[in-house]
Amino acid sequence: MDFDLMITSFPKLLGATVVTLKLLSASLFFGLFLGLFFAILRLNKNIFINKFAYGYSYIFRGTPLLVQIFIIYFGLGQIEYLRTTFLWVILKEPYWCAIIAFTLNTGAYTSEILRSAFQTIKPGIIEAGKSLGISNKIIFYKIQIPIAIRQSLPAYGNEIILMMKGTSLASTVTLMDLTGVAKYIISTTFKPIEVFIVAGGIYLFMTFIIHNVIKYLEKKYSFQQ
Amino acid sequence: MELLTFGKTGWGDELFYATLMTIAVSITAMLVGFFFALIFTPLKLSKYKTLNLVGNFYTTVIRGVPELLVIYLFFFGGSGAIMYVASIFGYYEYIEINAFITGSMAIGIISGAYSTEVFRGAIQSIDKGQFEAAKVLGINKFGQFYKIILPQMLRLAIPNLSNVWQITLKDTSLISVTGLVEIMRQSYIAAGSTRDPLFFYSFAAVLYLLLTYVSMKLINKLEVRYSRGY
Repeated sequence: MDFDLMITSFPKLLGATVVTLKLLSASLFFGLFLGLFFAILRLNKNIFINKFAYGYSYIFRGTPLLVQIFIIYFGLGQIEYLRTTFLWVILKEPYWCAIIAFTLNTGAYTSEILRSAFQTIKPGIIEAGKSLGISNKIIFYKIQIPIAIRQSLPAYGNEIILMMKGTSLASTVTLMDLTGVAKYIISTTFKPIEVFIVAGGIYLFMTFIIHNVIKYLEKKYSFQQ
Repeated sequence: MELLTFGKTGWGDELFYATLMTIAVSITAMLVGFFFALIFTPLKLSKYKTLNLVGNFYTTVIRGVPELLVIYLFFFGGSGAIMYVASIFGYYEYIEINAFITGSMAIGIISGAYSTEVFRGAIQSIDKGQFEAAKVLGINKFGQFYKIILPQMLRLAIPNLSNVWQITLKDTSLISVTGLVEIMRQSYIAAGSTRDPLFFYSFAAVLYLLLTYVSMKLINKLEVRYSRGY
């Protein structure tokens, strides 16, 4: 055990954690909206809209995240037309490519989580809203969405943790996130175990925090349906 | 399309063998995972607090740390660990472990953590009366487990194990960083030499979709088979 290396690498890894957290929060923020949007499309009665949303979630859940990042980072740059549009400003940056890939990925999982949450809402609740003369729009925004969000909290907590682990793939497109820096230190010092303990410890700490925040929210917003 | 022809000019045969490699790694990793689950599930269900702690440590650490980090640990640490063991026995030459073994061990340990959780959940959801009835009938411990608990457990575990299989299958793409030529690595090579990354990575995505689709269909059949009588 090389404790000196563990101590000296800790601040470097902690600095890289900021990149991981930035990637995670940005992709979760955009992914939540995307997921909600596609969950609503999934509940649409029009079969084409419905199938389109299903296809989106099927493709992004059925392929590895690594493929998705590579298609966006290496693949899209190949299209000549894209290089002339303003999109190129975003797509030439690995940072934004990673965020786009993570957003699309977490959006697919989130849409499934929210869809099943919407479907488990008891019809009686919606009927109660209707009989009180509340308009459909208000029922959706003020009754269905809050209940669905509460229902999906445990599953969404798991998704946040999965996404946090997923951000480690940003290191494959040259970003120096926690895993990227850990790999760099391992490959220069050849001390994999020490670095793994420190980097893994930081990841576990984040998992622990997320887990407990979700647990707290679950308790806070628990209600009898 | 001429990029996908078989033979020297196209990448069809290379990608075909790469797909077989992905399947081989996934199955090996899944079996390694079952082996770990076989060890750690009893630990998690044990009456003793220390054994519980060991079981929980395994599943918590592996499920809380990114897969890529675990792979790097095995990739950079694997031969070092083996060489250390060998040096105890007086062997000091450099030993290099095959990328296939490193990869399937790393993915196997990850998959094992998920399988452990699935088995634990399945055993816990079996009615206590089943254990008691088996005991009352005088069936020995071995028979209790294999004839009474296991068949019922499998029925409950298969849907969740199919999720673990999907996770494992997709995780194998990460082994490409160690240089093992599976779908992802082969696409990377092909994309590099033809300068057509969009096509090859999209094709890789299609291959993965195909694999997940076919395995889903097969698992559904298994599910029907184990749900007979319910």
